[in-house]
Amino acid sequence: MLEVKDLHVTVEGSEILKGLSLTVNAGEVHAIMGPNGAGKSTLSAVIAGKDGYEVTSGSITFEGRDVLEMEIEERAQAGLLLGFQYPVEIPGVKNIYLLKAALNAQRVARGEGEIPAPEFMKLVKEKINFMKMDSSFLQRAVNEGFSGGEKKRNEILQMLVLQPKLAMLDEIDSGLDIDAMKVVAQGVNSLRDPERGILIVTHYQRLLDHVEPDVVHVLVDGRIVKSGDKDLALELESRGYDWLVEESAA
Amino acid sequence: MASQEMEQLVRREYKQGFVTDIESDTMPPGLDENTIAFISHKKGEPEWMLEWRLDAYRQWLKMTSPSWAHLDYPPIDYQAISYYSAPKKPEDRPQSLDEVDPKLLETYEKLGIPLHERAALAGVAVDAVFDSVSVTTTFKEKLSEAGVIFCSISEAIRNYPELVKQYMGTVVPKGDNYFAALNSAVFTDGSFVFVPEGVTCPMELSTYFRINAANTGQFERTLIICEKQAQVSYLEGCTAPMRDENQLHAAVVELVALEDAYIKYSTVQNWYPGDEDGKGGIYNFVTKRGDCRGDRSRISWTQVETGSAITWKYPSCVLRGKDSVGEFYSVAVTNNRQQADTGTKMIHIGENTRSTIVSKGISAGRANQSYRGLVKIGPRAKNARNFTQCDSLLIGDQCGAHTFPYQEIGNSTATVEHEATTSKIGEDQLFYCQSRGISEEDAVNMIVNGFCKDVFQELPMEFAVEAEALLNVTLEGAVG
Repeated sequence: MLEVKDLHVTVEGSEILKGLSLTVNAGEVHAIMGPNGAGKSTLSAVIAGKDGYEVTSGSITFEGRDVLEMEIEERAQAGLLLGFQYPVEIPGVKNIYLLKAALNAQRVARGEGEIPAPEFMKLVKEKINFMKMDSSFLQRAVNEGFSGGEKKRNEILQMLVLQPKLAMLDEIDSGLDIDAMKVVAQGVNSLRDPERGILIVTHYQRLLDHVEPDVVHVLVDGRIVKSGDKDLALELESRGYDWLVEESAA
Repeated sequence: MASQEMEQLVRREYKQGFVTDIESDTMPPGLDENTIAFISHKKGEPEWMLEWRLDAYRQWLKMTSPSWAHLDYPPIDYQAISYYSAPKKPEDRPQSLDEVDPKLLETYEKLGIPLHERAALAGVAVDAVFDSVSVTTTFKEKLSEAGVIFCSISEAIRNYPELVKQYMGTVVPKGDNYFAALNSAVFTDGSFVFVPEGVTCPMELSTYFRINAANTGQFERTLIICEKQAQVSYLEGCTAPMRDENQLHAAVVELVALEDAYIKYSTVQNWYPGDEDGKGGIYNFVTKRGDCRGDRSRISWTQVETGSAITWKYPSCVLRGKDSVGEFYSVAVTNNRQQADTGTKMIHIGENTRSTIVSKGISAGRANQSYRGLVKIGPRAKNARNFTQCDSLLIGDQCGAHTFPYQEIGNSTATVEHEATTSKIGEDQLFYCQSRGISEEDAVNMIVNGFCKDVFQELPMEFAVEAEALLNVTLEGAVG
């Protein structure tokens, strides 16, 4: 469903992605790992459409559509959703309001019409319980005063409510204690579906103990230098990234 | 005939003496003592009122227009303004909505204004559209049962001269400032509210329900009095863009709260801001002041300012009574070429007086906005407290926000807190919302409304909903 071909991206004049190619099919969970500064977060940001990233060559297609030609919100409406590493605070805007606005914007774009309020409340209640979050979260301002773990849970909650076709999770495991990690992993696992692709960007292997990937890619210096199954993640855990960095430099 | 020639002709005729001209409905441009006598006569005022006006005029002549505000506009020619025009006759007004500018109607639609109200706002001859009499009658009956007086200021001068004499000009004196003096000389319209001791006004009062409200004048004068333990909530203005041919507006609002009284005054101001270059917009120079005269009295100003080319406005509280409370909640939005210099003054005189100021300024386009606030704590105001929060939000990179806080602390027991922030509408916030599928415009609206929430929640319920819609319309196209 997602096809990235020979992608070159520069940020403020320096090239971060240097010919990255990647294919994610429906039903697959992909993990992108790599050392700091390899370009992991750049990849998900470019796919989501963040400003300040210049694609100099290459292509991204999603279900046959040229992603780079789409507005940010169109990408989300098409089913591409990014879970943020550092989600921003929006003072005065209730969490539930954002959720509802997002869901309705996506539904309307798909020609489904807005969700009836009782149905929405039922859906949200079910998902928030699943994420072991207190319903008071819904009445708080978006991410305002949330702890790191609460922010991450909230990102997953949005995924569960919005049900994207391709879920991208950027360092969703950073700053989580082990209990929070389990809840987040449980949330991600519940997103697994034959119709859905999942792309996990992570520095550490530990999330992958709980969410088993089908494919693991190692990103070094703007390119995928090695792909394999979940065992590759374990190998990285024990050997680190240096050997791959050296291999790719050679 | 060129309008200039016409004006000259009209003026010449006028110079032959206003007595022969007294039956005419509109006065030619120009301001002198005759003009004031004409207005006073037209309004059927007693002699003392005319003297009051003339005294204000003589003071005004000696004053100069203030120049300290952070505003830029050409000098106003006061001789080029017409100071009196009678309400338009029904036959001169649009007869149905079909005759009204479709663009205006489109805006009403976006604001969700009910159909019958749209007609009234657009200046359609109201009787041709809906029967306003029944609404007004029910309304008046309810008020008189409670003993509340609510009428136009002109009626009050004729029917309740003692009350007017006792209170008018005691909060904003005739010579208080340039624009207040001008207003005192030439005011033609406005509201009068009197709530007697112990009475809580049974409903929210709104200019909308006042008879002749469709003809809000350019020099409005409003006087609200709450006796001991009385309460009232007053709504001024309207979220819909008001049609008005007068460019200069200089209103005066005086509030008097006696012991344990509470006055809540909410404004939504949406005068015509001019076109994208600021041409043709309203100049709005307003003096609003509340006097917490009695112990434990409370006055609360809430304003949402989105209109006008120029806004000069500082709703203030004089906290005279012990334990009295003053509040100011404000959202001011400026877009395109709009300029606003607005804020408040909290004058603490009595012991244990408290004041709260929450000001939210939003600038977009090439607009300029200033918050100007004074917190003054007098030597006798022991244990006075003030809290000020003043936030500015910028949209785009060609607009400006300025903060001018003044503090004069006259004793050592006072507690004064001031918090201020200026932020640009965050690209990260926008990206976050958009990456959830929300359009840029909806995302801006959501973020801006969130920013204003502290103030909106002070507005009466239905006003708050309208205010949100209004903000969205005002900022349409501000980003992107």
